[in-house]
Amino acid sequence: MDKKILEIKNLKTYFFTDNGIVKAVDGVDIHVNEGETLGIVGESGSGKSVTSLSIMGLLNDTSGKVVDGKIEFQGRNLVDLKEEDMRKIRGNDIAMIFQEPMTSLNPVLRIGKQISEAIRLHLKYDKARAKEHTIEMLKLVGIPRAENIYSEFPFQLSGGMRQRVMIAMAMACNPKLLIADEPTTALDVTIQAQILDLMKKLKKDVGTAIMFVTHDLGVVAEMCDRVVVMYAGRVVERGDVYQIFENPKHPYTKGLLKSVPVLRQKVERLASIPGNVPSPKNMPKGCKFAPRCKNVFDKCWEEEPPFYNVEENHSSKCWLCE
Amino acid sequence: MAKPLLEVKNLKKYFPVKKGILNKKEKFVRAVDNVSFEIYNGETLGLVGESGCGKSTTGRMLLKLIEPTDGQIIFQGKDISKMTDDEIRPLRKDIQMIFQDPYASLNPRMTVGEIIAEPLIVHNMYKDSEEMKKRIHELLGMVGLSSYHSVRYPHEFSGGQRQRIGIARALAAKPKLIIADEPVSALDVSIQSQVLNLMQDLQRDLDLTYLFIAHDLSVVEHISDRVGVMYLGKIVEITDKDTLYDNPLHPYTQALLSAVPIPNPRIKKKRIILEGNIPSPLNPPRGCAFHTRCKHAKDICKKIAPEFKEVEDRHFTACHLY
Repeated sequence: MDKKILEIKNLKTYFFTDNGIVKAVDGVDIHVNEGETLGIVGESGSGKSVTSLSIMGLLNDTSGKVVDGKIEFQGRNLVDLKEEDMRKIRGNDIAMIFQEPMTSLNPVLRIGKQISEAIRLHLKYDKARAKEHTIEMLKLVGIPRAENIYSEFPFQLSGGMRQRVMIAMAMACNPKLLIADEPTTALDVTIQAQILDLMKKLKKDVGTAIMFVTHDLGVVAEMCDRVVVMYAGRVVERGDVYQIFENPKHPYTKGLLKSVPVLRQKVERLASIPGNVPSPKNMPKGCKFAPRCKNVFDKCWEEEPPFYNVEENHSSKCWLCE
Repeated sequence: MAKPLLEVKNLKKYFPVKKGILNKKEKFVRAVDNVSFEIYNGETLGLVGESGCGKSTTGRMLLKLIEPTDGQIIFQGKDISKMTDDEIRPLRKDIQMIFQDPYASLNPRMTVGEIIAEPLIVHNMYKDSEEMKKRIHELLGMVGLSSYHSVRYPHEFSGGQRQRIGIARALAAKPKLIIADEPVSALDVSIQSQVLNLMQDLQRDLDLTYLFIAHDLSVVEHISDRVGVMYLGKIVEITDKDTLYDNPLHPYTQALLSAVPIPNPRIKKKRIILEGNIPSPLNPPRGCAFHTRCKHAKDICKKIAPEFKEVEDRHFTACHLY
């Protein structure tokens, strides 16, 4: 039996704006097993990034708030933790890599200082040992001239190198869970290949569980063991990577898979999902995908479907699976 | 064979970089360095490459939004590269552009109708305002929007809809050639396929010719008839789409294609992982620009830049291997 390292139950994260409440995440259940890579797929506005920020407790500076639900990590509910206790977990047990490596590194601090800060804080290493460990981490993520890079600034590095620094920083305290939010989206394909390769190697060597948030289905197919598909603040389908790609059940997952052009597939015309993601202000009453769904029927407009198991470990939030 | 609609010969763009106040000696970023290609009537030429390879600069020079340093741009038999602004203006009717960012390329203080009317007014195409209004409504219909949208402002639209407005504006003056610079890369996948399908429909119905600039190899394969691959300001390979994707000759094209993640978890590709980063165009390597990252690099590659030549029937590449 797989051991769950993180379990999110009925998470609701709402943003309280001047124009009303935006229900960015509305009743999400997700779990991550030890040592696995879980992919969270969805388009902009699906709530995938807000989910990861909720786990990290990084909503304090926004109008967002977790209004309901639990985030259980190693037997503790992260939602209830005080900022002080959360700080001990953040960067230590759970680390995060962001999409934009330039904006998530401090531009006026030297690379070495930024990484060793976390090491000294969490691992309680002294200065010399922290430096040694930092350089070791930089080497681990494939940064050449690690000793020199230690005292350089982020702007002196290329995008790919900055993302490596981010990964070195995230991995420095041996986290049990790594949340990677679109870590390769801002990178060129050949650099993306390098970073994905590095993440696979780290996962194999260190055994960290990874929650991989992305919109790129190619990256998911390559990296993940299990997949969660999100739409309009909800999970709509979950299963292992083969189930999702080979036997998708939710019309949204099906549509998404068909609308990506695939190398050498030679389709004349791409399938597309009509319409747009509904705005949080006028969410449909029943199934949130109903206005764009080609299989829609009366019940879909009336009532939101629950999850139905379609095969082992594979479930879909759709009336068709009833 | 038919005459090309547009012919580009040895096009160059060197951006000067001044260093210091007293240092008179200028350095140059060779953004585009000796690029030649043709575009035939009714086809789509795809131009792929990673960031900084010069693909956007090339596209902008064709419209003379950037003044070329050297080389010829022959459009319908006329060399436009040396023309003054006044001479080029009537020709801009025939060459239009679609931009990447649908948020930045539409004036937020103009209504959609005003945005689309602008090219019609500039080119003095309609004397009668009622007729112009009819044309605007017709254009909105062509891109899948409705007439009542013409009185709204860009911020009221989603990303996909804004890109449709950008396309309507580009179509307004009835152009022959459309330069699309990353038209779908800012869009979600389900919206991306809508816009790609729209562009294909418009091409068929209006007999358009496209230069499609993008970094996504799957998207470029889907929409193009021929594809050119750029690296560090040069085209390294150009041929028809099937030949390029089935039988890439240049080691860079091979690496680029192998780096694309495929949305199928059963496919475990053997990747060619390129070492290092793209060299700076300020100080490009001598000889073949790719030799620093090429596993086939020989002595000659470090000294002499390979000639761009026809290796197979209509399959051009610049590599010493052939």
